[in-house]
Amino acid sequence: MSRLAQLRETFSPSRMHRALMMGVKSLWMHRLRSLLTVLGIVFGVCSVIAMLAIGEGASYEAREQIRRLGSNNVIIRSVKPPEEQGASQSRSVAVEYGITYKDIDRIAATIPGIDLIVPSRLIRRNVWVGGNSVDCDIRGTLPSYLQVTTNRVGRGRFFTQTELDDKKNVCVIEESMANRLFPIDDPLGKTVRVDQDYFEVIGVMSREDAASGMPEGSLSPGASEGAPTTMYIPLTAARSRFGEILMKRSTGSFSVERVELHEAIVRITDQDSVIEANLVINEILQANHKNVDYETLVPLALLRQAEETKRIFNIVLGSVAAISLLVGGIGIMNIMLATVTERTREIGVRRALGAKRRDIVFQFLIETVLLSGAGGIIGVMMGLAIPLFISHFAQMTTIVRFWSPVLAFGISGLVGVVFGIYPAMRAADMDPVEALRHE
Amino acid sequence: MTQTAAIAEPRTTDAKPIVRVENVTKVYQMGAVLVEALRGVTLHFHPGEYSTIMGPSGCGKSTLLNVLGCLDRPTSGRYFLGEDDVSTLDDDELSSIRGARIGFIFQSYNLIQQLSVLENIEVPLYYQGAPAWKSREIALELAERVGLVERVGHKPFELSGGQQQRVAIARALANDPLILLADEPTGNLDSKSGEEILELFGALHRQGKTLIMVTHSDEVSERAQRVIRLRDGQVEVDERK
Repeated sequence: MSRLAQLRETFSPSRMHRALMMGVKSLWMHRLRSLLTVLGIVFGVCSVIAMLAIGEGASYEAREQIRRLGSNNVIIRSVKPPEEQGASQSRSVAVEYGITYKDIDRIAATIPGIDLIVPSRLIRRNVWVGGNSVDCDIRGTLPSYLQVTTNRVGRGRFFTQTELDDKKNVCVIEESMANRLFPIDDPLGKTVRVDQDYFEVIGVMSREDAASGMPEGSLSPGASEGAPTTMYIPLTAARSRFGEILMKRSTGSFSVERVELHEAIVRITDQDSVIEANLVINEILQANHKNVDYETLVPLALLRQAEETKRIFNIVLGSVAAISLLVGGIGIMNIMLATVTERTREIGVRRALGAKRRDIVFQFLIETVLLSGAGGIIGVMMGLAIPLFISHFAQMTTIVRFWSPVLAFGISGLVGVVFGIYPAMRAADMDPVEALRHE
Repeated sequence: MTQTAAIAEPRTTDAKPIVRVENVTKVYQMGAVLVEALRGVTLHFHPGEYSTIMGPSGCGKSTLLNVLGCLDRPTSGRYFLGEDDVSTLDDDELSSIRGARIGFIFQSYNLIQQLSVLENIEVPLYYQGAPAWKSREIALELAERVGLVERVGHKPFELSGGQQQRVAIARALANDPLILLADEPTGNLDSKSGEEILELFGALHRQGKTLIMVTHSDEVSERAQRVIRLRDGQVEVDERK
């Protein structure tokens, strides 16, 4: 008989099926032992899938946030210097800090390859329509703001250069705000009130992340902590209606701040020079500011950092997975070696009844693969359930990539083959006479 | 395969022995000592013959049975099973020969614990590559022949010793072997069950099966046509009734 014909005989579908059934019966006879044997694989596979899902979810969130900030941008923000904070509270004198129009001009003049600079003022106020009000961030900015954000005008339009030049009281509000202030009417063309000023609504913004309900963390504009929604008005209008003096009242204290600009987004044409541009911007600001009352944020650098973090996370996870599967595999091998010894007599009987060496190898290999495969399936199911629990109870995004259970299951099967070979060979190499005499 | 040719061979002609052991020796290495278990045994078995092999322990009867059962290769000499010289075959070929031409019956039954009666009977058929439906048919038929058709779904541990041994006999018959080799088949049984098993052997003999049985009980050997006594690895007595 040729080698091929032999293999074809050993692996014919009907024999495979019967060999499988025989394996299942042997394992079923020692249910508890089989279960305990595969626990290593179960937890290995389960933890890999769950951790991958959590990691993917976390890095997806981070990358989404960063992406929304724009990978060609350098974001400059005004920060209240900490040492001044104490002084202002005791003396109630206006604190002056932050980036200025001059800074913007200097940056624009110094750095080549700047595509766009969009400065903004952020003022937190209540916006009124009749008796209803919404607490929001008012962002005074330029029409070009639309080019540096991922938000889009859903209905109506953004304000124009002419309206900016004329300091027109026009505003673009966000969808959520529109829904609360104008529950029935179409907001377009209506007016909203902020303090004593009235603004005409000319557009409604749809926010890209509105659906995901992402908490605005440290990456969102500094002045808008906790603000649920934003209203956009021309920068000139913001300057003339609200001035540059901000009064803040908090429990028992009263502070006055003078800030020209809260934020400036600098868009660089060439993505490769973003990091470099950030260094130059920092130098310019450092030369002209006494205190460090600004910060710069480079989404690209953050993105790279996030990718690096993810890479390290994957390496760590990979090692943990490899170790746990190795341990699981050794556990299986150990038990299979014991099983082979315990079933020496059976092996002898099978050999006497016509089983060839490869039939015995096949029999024990199938049992090992069945064990590790079953462990893999249980592990995959648990590993798929855990992220669901986490998403549900901890409100964390988890993402199960379709390949992760497939890979985990595949590897657990492979572990079965690798760690099953040796015990199976031991079984097959037994001398039939000796095996039959075994007590 | 040669199997069909061998089975087609007429079994009743006394002229042509079915098993020929020619001057077989077997030497074991036991530590530093060489043990000569068989020292030139020549035996012929004819189709339909009912033989017993007897002798004190250590006389070589187990070794002879292992050689006859193709579990062990002789150190020298030749062994013809059917038409073929099997003393020089490799491991895989010996496995095939065992599966196709030899039926083993052991003293301690040696049924596979996790398999049912029916599945135990099917084991040799499985290794011969018989299709599942055919194996099932043969196994059922054999279970009926040994009177265990009501027990086919039971596991071995649910059966008495005598019943287990009958399952083992059915299993030995599954591939319609040339010879049945029994190693003290009644050794673990009470006299009543032993009697039943011996009756079964008698029936098989009447159906024309070739039986070779190792025993040290004269009571058992009385039923056989031929008694072979071994001593120190050699044939001491070979008498036919």
